[in-house]
Amino acid sequence: MPRITPRPAANEVYRLPPPLFDARCRACWMVAGVLVLVVLSFWSLDLQWGRFLSLESLGRMARFAAEVATPALDAAFLRKLLPAALETMAMSVVGTLLAVVAGLLLALPASKLHEGDPARWRGPTRLLLNALRSVPELMWAALLLIAAGLGPLAGTLALAAHTSGVLGRLFAECIENAAQGPAFALRVRGVPEGRVLLYATLPQALPQLVSYALYRWENNIRAAAVLGVVGAGGLGQMLAFHLSLFQMAETGSVLAAMIVLVGLVDAASYAARRALAR
Amino acid sequence: MSAVLPRQPARRDPAWARRVFWLLAAGAVLWPMLVLAEFKPWLLLAPESLEPTLRFLAGFVPPRLDGEFLALVARETWRTVAIATAGLTLALLLALPLTLLAVRSLSISGLTGRMAALPAALRLAVRALLVVLRSVPELVWALVFVRVVGLGATAGVLAIALTYAGMLGKVYAEILESGEAHPTETLLRNGAGRLQAFFYGSLPQNAGELTSYTVYRWECAIRSSAVLGFVGAGGLGQQMDSSMKMFNGGEVSTMLLVFVLLVAATDRLSAWLRRTLA
Repeated sequence: MPRITPRPAANEVYRLPPPLFDARCRACWMVAGVLVLVVLSFWSLDLQWGRFLSLESLGRMARFAAEVATPALDAAFLRKLLPAALETMAMSVVGTLLAVVAGLLLALPASKLHEGDPARWRGPTRLLLNALRSVPELMWAALLLIAAGLGPLAGTLALAAHTSGVLGRLFAECIENAAQGPAFALRVRGVPEGRVLLYATLPQALPQLVSYALYRWENNIRAAAVLGVVGAGGLGQMLAFHLSLFQMAETGSVLAAMIVLVGLVDAASYAARRALAR
Repeated sequence: MSAVLPRQPARRDPAWARRVFWLLAAGAVLWPMLVLAEFKPWLLLAPESLEPTLRFLAGFVPPRLDGEFLALVARETWRTVAIATAGLTLALLLALPLTLLAVRSLSISGLTGRMAALPAALRLAVRALLVVLRSVPELVWALVFVRVVGLGATAGVLAIALTYAGMLGKVYAEILESGEAHPTETLLRNGAGRLQAFFYGSLPQNAGELTSYTVYRWECAIRSSAVLGFVGAGGLGQQMDSSMKMFNGGEVSTMLLVFVLLVAATDRLSAWLRRTLA
């Protein structure tokens, strides 16, 4: 069988224009996939653009916006708003603290502390952490309403459940990444495992742990503000109430209170970070 | 020598008083927080709340797995993904012009060192709009749109579109400004238009990072579109909400399982895509 020698191209290869769609071009396939996904999404959803863009609903939204921009500021309403804001703040703080404790407790079995550590519980604990983490706060709140009833307790526990999944995973990474030297030095002297953790591993990881906890607190105040929408207390509950009665001026005040709270927590967390870094 | 050195090292922790003070201070701050958050975990164990909880949890096994229900869950899962995709597409369309207006490095009058008054004011206004769009939580947007366009996917798509437009616009502008400014500036100085400078100077070097951030946001949008269902914006969340209200544990456990798998799958997909892009 005669060997087929490739014939030289009429012009050199590098002069050929690249083909527009190449079967081996990964980017082309990706773009095509994204386009198909987008088209299918718009096609399969019964989106009511007519209703959204009708004069009536546009006018309604303009009226809403105008009313939201003039928040209710009478004393009687503010007396109701302040406790709700404090409740939201308390939910975020308590939820985060509970999550720090639970996250730390779960991070220990979820991490391989040293070379010889069999870490039998690493896989199962990580699975649990992933499950806790992948259910959002609001879903936890809706689930916990059955056990804890309406009110801030359900919200607090929901924040704690989701956040302990997130923090547990981050804490475990921190503990595993801590330098092994000090822990090894203590361990070869026969210091028990608990003290090795307290005197060698935790002090190294602590700044990072605190910074993660502060970051989650910033997230949790945002989540706590809206958790009340399903009945878990705080500003969200007020928001859902006034919105359902179309009292947009009150809704505007609640929104403003949410934004102020978020700003306060961000500032406090920033100050704490600065103080810790010094 | 023995007169200089203390005979024995301090037996007590020298920082004892300080530690006790901070512990008490933390307790004094935390106590009202616990009261405000109505943190009474023993209520969970009260028989009147424990019994329905246990009954609900007992319903979790076995999860409901008949064909009719699974088909429903599959349809709702697709709707959740579709709402996220459609919302993110609209957010992208909204964010791109806002980004181009907000980016400083594409300013022609800025080449002289200080931007002219009118463009500077426009930039400030666009940035303020982006702040407003993202500081209102998507759940609140969804609540408003549910009241304007009625229950269903439209409200979810619009809510995701508005909030994510704010986030994308801000981060896109930051990415474009943190990139190498030289090519863009050279193009602008040599008479290229702003769009030309963007397409040939800023976009090529930042395209990977921009796409990777967009993919990450898509992953977040899927989670939040499931959550938006709880206020009536369609998808898996809405179905889960109605099953919870009917205390149907089997249906809830199936949907939770599907949701966790969906989150894990998108997590993997987005990690893979971002690795490929990098």
